[in-house]
Amino acid sequence: MKYLDEYRDPQAARKYVAAIKKITKKPWTIMEICGGQTHAIVRYGIQNMLPDEITLVHGPGCPVCVTPIEKIDKALEIAARSNVIFCSFGDMLRVPGSSKDLLTVRAEGGDVRAIYSPLDAVQIARDNPDKEIVFFAVGFETTAPGNAMAAYQAKEMGLKKFSMLVSHVLVPPAMESILSNTECRVEGFLAAGHVCTVMGIEAYAPISSRYKVPIVVTGFEPLDILQGLYMCISQLEQGQTNVENQYVRVVEEHGNRLAQELISKVFRIIPRQWRGLGEIPQSGWKLTAEYEDLDAEYRFDMIDIVQKECSECISGEIMQGLKKPMQCPAFASKCTPDHPLGAPMVSAEGACSAYYRYGNE
Amino acid sequence: MNCPVPLSDYPTVMMAHGGGGRLMQRLIDELFRAAFVDVQPHDGAVLDIPQDKIVITTDSFVVSPLFFPGGNIGNLAVNGTINDLAMCGAKPRYLSVSFILEEGLSMETLWQVVRAMRTAADVANVAIVTGDTKVVERGRGNGLYINTTGIGVLEHNHVIAPDQVKSDDVVILSRDIGRHGMAVMGSREGLSFESDIKSDCAPLSAYVQDILQAGIIPHCLRDATRGGVAAVLNEIATASKLQIDIRENAIPVDEAVRGACEILGFDPLHIANEGCFVAFIAPQEQDSVLDILHRYNPQAAIIGTVADNKPGLVTLETPIGGRRILDMPAGEILPRIC
Repeated sequence: MKYLDEYRDPQAARKYVAAIKKITKKPWTIMEICGGQTHAIVRYGIQNMLPDEITLVHGPGCPVCVTPIEKIDKALEIAARSNVIFCSFGDMLRVPGSSKDLLTVRAEGGDVRAIYSPLDAVQIARDNPDKEIVFFAVGFETTAPGNAMAAYQAKEMGLKKFSMLVSHVLVPPAMESILSNTECRVEGFLAAGHVCTVMGIEAYAPISSRYKVPIVVTGFEPLDILQGLYMCISQLEQGQTNVENQYVRVVEEHGNRLAQELISKVFRIIPRQWRGLGEIPQSGWKLTAEYEDLDAEYRFDMIDIVQKECSECISGEIMQGLKKPMQCPAFASKCTPDHPLGAPMVSAEGACSAYYRYGNE
Repeated sequence: MNCPVPLSDYPTVMMAHGGGGRLMQRLIDELFRAAFVDVQPHDGAVLDIPQDKIVITTDSFVVSPLFFPGGNIGNLAVNGTINDLAMCGAKPRYLSVSFILEEGLSMETLWQVVRAMRTAADVANVAIVTGDTKVVERGRGNGLYINTTGIGVLEHNHVIAPDQVKSDDVVILSRDIGRHGMAVMGSREGLSFESDIKSDCAPLSAYVQDILQAGIIPHCLRDATRGGVAAVLNEIATASKLQIDIRENAIPVDEAVRGACEILGFDPLHIANEGCFVAFIAPQEQDSVLDILHRYNPQAAIIGTVADNKPGLVTLETPIGGRRILDMPAGEILPRIC
């Protein structure tokens, strides 16, 4: 398939692996930020093609994984109401709240729908004027333009019964949070290519110079990841700490200005709770005053719900790269994709699920 | 063939069509028996089976939407049960058909489904010999559900089953994968994407009969329906207590199916098929089996081998030369967020 097979070419992959082996002299720990990259690394068996000196740790870039449990509980409560059509991206449906998940709410009679585009939720709102349509707007900077466009269009159309349960998060503050932890083992980053497609790469230079880490903006196909690793290891071996762009075919330095303008019209930056990581300053988006009437938390009076996470789950340490999924006592025993204790076991992009699913021989 | 029930009388299914009275009798006589000519007006069918060993299987069909590119719930219900018989090495002979109809279902829709069942049964040379009809209130069914039970005969004395798989067997796939699941998904409300993907829904009994008639006894056959090839391989690895190793590059996937899976974030190995099976064959017979399968589909391919290594493990060599575990899909296939 054009534009895919080129980036999955076995011969080119072998060349990159050989090149990585050639330049690697010392042990290095590199974190890929994005869940999509984690997925590709395990799906293509990349970790065990690399030299033993290279350890990959899987970052917090899976939106499903970092959505806090209380936000899920709010979703569950709203979705169970009889006059609501609750719209969500597919893999949020299986994320456990404190007692159940959205699939269970659907089985109990809630009208819960998996949608592909936020604009599908707007269309559902147009088609069902008597119902409250609630869209679970989660994600990183990548999904923000689409989610912002849904809010914008709903307002333009005057859809009074459309609202959004927003749990948006931002990558650069999470990287800073990981790097400022004194136990941090991460020595280099593969930054999330699609996040940078929207936001550009300017935010990473201050992080790279402050914490003295190379950051390589990287794509999602196996050759992207191998090339990104090559660039990152090459910097590490030479003692460099620059921001580089591997994903040049997609990412531009300033990002997508139109998308950024729409995002800043609809969302404003706030401190945000991350599942497993706790509160990170300036790391989330919520609706601006102009769009606050679309906020489902106000509309359904959900502001006061507070929930604690499962104490056995070490997802926070996994998402900071302090531990591997197999080091969790509950991994593959008490915690499996069918009975997840923590969110990284839920999404296909979650590090624990990826390890469970694709494993290492 | 037009719908034989006069539409002016009852263009839709009424509760009374399941009530046991005159209306039900008319539905049976004029619609069902018009298509299912082998059904006798009695509570059951007497079958003439000379063989010692028969195989029986049953399956219920609840697909939504009822019509999808490449088929409908009717030919799916016939082929699905025929294929389960074929995978046991049996020659399918008889089917029973049980309908649960939702009040308000259009009589024309029912007729199209029934006619598709008749055609599918004719193609596979199977007789539909008995049936049942129930009607549920509007809102309590998905238009219609169908259960079919099939009886097939074993014309040999071999067991074709997962526990017969042996170390060194080769794993052969009968055709490209993922068509049925993606065709149904593409036609679902709210998930529509433009494609020309058609379901692979088809009877597999002729393939199996050809293999048997060539004097080859496959160790195991399994149609890769729900859960796709990944689920089937995991089930068989577990049942046979053997390891299965496959190569992703060897698995044929149509470009349109691959494209749709890429966009939606699905793995084609997890997508349902309705006319595709996996065969476990002794290595010395792999060429003969491939020759036979190629007559039906040039994409039939050897995708892997069986090893006496870790019981129950399925591994996959990735396209770039890595290796990973191929796990059972979790259940409901949910698109990834980004």
